[in-house]
Amino acid sequence: MKWISPFRLARLGMLSMNRRNVDYIARYNDRASYPLVDNKLRTKLLAADYGVATPGLKQVIRLQHDIPRFREQADQLGSLAIKPAKGSGGKGIVVITGRDGDRFLKGSGNAVDLAFLERHLSNILAGLYSLGGSPDVAIVEDLIECSPQLNEQSFEGVPDIRIVVFQGYPVMAMLRLASHASDGKANLHQGAIGVGLDIGTGSALHAVQFNRTVHTHPDTGLPLNRLSIPDWRTLLLMASRCYDATGLGYMGADMVIDATDGPMLLELNARPGLAIQMANGQGLLPRLRHIEALRRPHLTAEERVDYAMGRFGAPLMSPANPEPEPVSSP
Amino acid sequence: MRSRRPFYAGVFILLITGILLSALRHYELDIPWLPGDQQTTWLVEARIDFEAVGDPVRASLNLPEQPPGFRVLSEQAASPGYGFSVVRKQGLRRGEWSIRQATGPQTLYFKAQFTRDPEQGTPVSQPPPAPEPVFWEEPQATAVDQVLSVARQRSSTPESLTRELIKLIRSSDPDQNASLLLTENDTHDLLPELLRHAGIPARTVGGLVLENARRLQPLKPFLEIHNGERWLTFNPRTGDQGVPDNVLLWRRDATSLLDVMGGEASEVNFSMMRQTIPALSLARSEATQEGLGFLSLYQLPVEEQGMFRTLLLLPLGALVVAFMRIIIGVRTSGTFMPVLIAVAFLQTSLLPGLVTFIAVVTVGLLLRGYLSSLNLLLVSRIATLIILVIFISAGISIVGYQMGFNPGMTVTFFPMVILAWTIERMSILWEEEGAREVVVQGAGSLIVAVLAYLVMQAPLVGHLTFNFPELHLVVLAAILLLGRYTGYKLSELHRFEPMSEHEP
Ligand SMILES: Nc1ncnc2c1ncn2[C@@H]1O[C@H](COP(=O)(O)OP(=O)(O)O)[C@@H](O)[C@H]1O
Ligand SMILES: [Mg+2]
Repeated sequence: MKWISPFRLARLGMLSMNRRNVDYIARYNDRASYPLVDNKLRTKLLAADYGVATPGLKQVIRLQHDIPRFREQADQLGSLAIKPAKGSGGKGIVVITGRDGDRFLKGSGNAVDLAFLERHLSNILAGLYSLGGSPDVAIVEDLIECSPQLNEQSFEGVPDIRIVVFQGYPVMAMLRLASHASDGKANLHQGAIGVGLDIGTGSALHAVQFNRTVHTHPDTGLPLNRLSIPDWRTLLLMASRCYDATGLGYMGADMVIDATDGPMLLELNARPGLAIQMANGQGLLPRLRHIEALRRPHLTAEERVDYAMGRFGAPLMSPANPEPEPVSSP
Repeated sequence: MRSRRPFYAGVFILLITGILLSALRHYELDIPWLPGDQQTTWLVEARIDFEAVGDPVRASLNLPEQPPGFRVLSEQAASPGYGFSVVRKQGLRRGEWSIRQATGPQTLYFKAQFTRDPEQGTPVSQPPPAPEPVFWEEPQATAVDQVLSVARQRSSTPESLTRELIKLIRSSDPDQNASLLLTENDTHDLLPELLRHAGIPARTVGGLVLENARRLQPLKPFLEIHNGERWLTFNPRTGDQGVPDNVLLWRRDATSLLDVMGGEASEVNFSMMRQTIPALSLARSEATQEGLGFLSLYQLPVEEQGMFRTLLLLPLGALVVAFMRIIIGVRTSGTFMPVLIAVAFLQTSLLPGLVTFIAVVTVGLLLRGYLSSLNLLLVSRIATLIILVIFISAGISIVGYQMGFNPGMTVTFFPMVILAWTIERMSILWEEEGAREVVVQGAGSLIVAVLAYLVMQAPLVGHLTFNFPELHLVVLAAILLLGRYTGYKLSELHRFEPMSEHEP
């Protein structure tokens, strides 16, 4: 077992789980806003009001007797994704990429029939995938076709971009690529690859798998350091607007880039994890403290994004831009 | 940023209050800090139940007086609305409760505290007038004569005669005469009558077998004879002479234990509890109802005291969980599940508890694997699991019992619903994160549970939490402080170790 001293971690500015909970989530996130992000349908509708694109909503199935409607329209629906509104961790998400006669092709290549999808829908309604088993609704939305540039990097599934937004400022970002080890899921602790992204440009900084530095994708063999995200500023702007929409001071925005429709919001998270620091090779604390110490916060998403891009872009905190004095000590 | 000063001030006040109060009680009431310098005392509670019929009620209970081998420390009657007094009737101590009028079920309590004192023997007493020969009908009269003459032949003193008689009557294969007498008489009446017939003063007395935390105990009959100098006690079941160390003679004469006027269906039974507190200070704290004595949990009925003992340990368990999760970073399945498991361990003791817990959860996980293929809804899945857990527990108990392990029985101490939830969580974890995570979290939960158990079973902890309940304010302060700890967990020092390569 290898260890690192807490003083070195503090010097690196690593945000700890306890501090995240006490100093950031408890202080900046209003409990009343949690339902907005814990329910993907509400997030979706809310995001639309704030000009943040989300995957097109095809259908909402609220009750058991809505399921026949799904059956009637299934033929015109084409490729789609079904997900529980209150799901988490990828549970209950079925991605249908195409048709094979009567049968539907799942993202993994397996074919399923209509009866399977109907049973899946009724399981979602019964709360099989929601937290605590409470009744849920099923969302049927457009399939996201990953832009080819990113697609070749991901082993399976759509890669998503996690942006930590603090008081409306995008402070840190990473790209999550599914790998063979993670079984097509973009979950870091299951072996997905986390690529830290430069807030200034959207290009790769550093990459980890299972917390260890990697330079190439273990499945595709492609180098990870040449990655760069298109439409970077738009992406940050959307993430920043989510703050205006939800009022959550400390959150994670999960974004995807669709081949035709560009950047979109997939979901919001009121308790974003700490692994993003490992992917970036940098701690969050200096950036969070910097924002906390701002005398006059910027009012619009554009101002905040431009400030963050200039401020947190690599090289981090150049000596030309001295840090403002922190208002309070930890 | 909100000021943290009020928070820390609050914590400080809690800390100081807790420590000051317990220090005060320590000095004022002489309750010692350590469990070491303590004496074992027995708190015995007689509970009288009867149905009042709407008339004036008078209940009278025989009270112990100088029971051999014990010293009485304190006595106390609790009975709402009743007047109580200790009276002496024909030289006998009785507690009398009275009320003008009462209807419905009534409960009266009499509590007494004893400490063992081997010095305390049976006092010399005037022999009662020599008993008249008992009148027996034929053919019993002949049988009595025969039995007595057999016993007399083998004995020389009243004591040995008594022993021989008990042997004859209690023999696994009694002779014809003894059998005849036994079919006509109750054994406990027969022995004293035989002895009285032989001219030896004899009586049946009632003794209480002292075992910790027993409830609803009856008095057990013992035989006493007077040898001309003092009363001698015999166990009528074994013939052993003397009062066993763990028997408290409650009723020393032949009069009734309980008389109730104005009530029906009356009964009395006893609960008892072993306590470790110095007799002196206890007597004082019982006496000082005013002052800090009112904080004492010893004033509660014995049954409730037992409950509070466990209850007051829970905060310590919670503290252990908070520490392990916040400072160490151990992952457990279910936040406070480990505390509940630890409480079960308190009843079962560690090793049997661990074995049964692991057995139930493992079997449950295997069965749950099948359940998940049925696609049940959560509520019915858990309900099914609860039933399965009960079946598994019953199975383990039976198998354990057949193999001669008493621990098999201990499985009932585990909260079944918690077990079912644990199995459910573990199984979902297995499906979603793999077996590794199940082992990590399962082991984490068990480690925390064992630690919590070790803390809660420590005699010092049990002593402090029960005798100084105000110390829980200190525990509360510690938990509040932990809740504001923003430093790294021990586990993070390992998790974030790869960051060392990024150090400038
Ligand atoms: N509309 C979609 N099209 C294609 N893939 C999707 C779609 N929605 C979700 N996914 C896939 O499912 C994963 C999890 O989706 P997300 O909305 O983040 O749900 P969760 O809260 O369960 O993590 C995404 O990372 C993506 O790979
Ligand atoms: Mg997600």
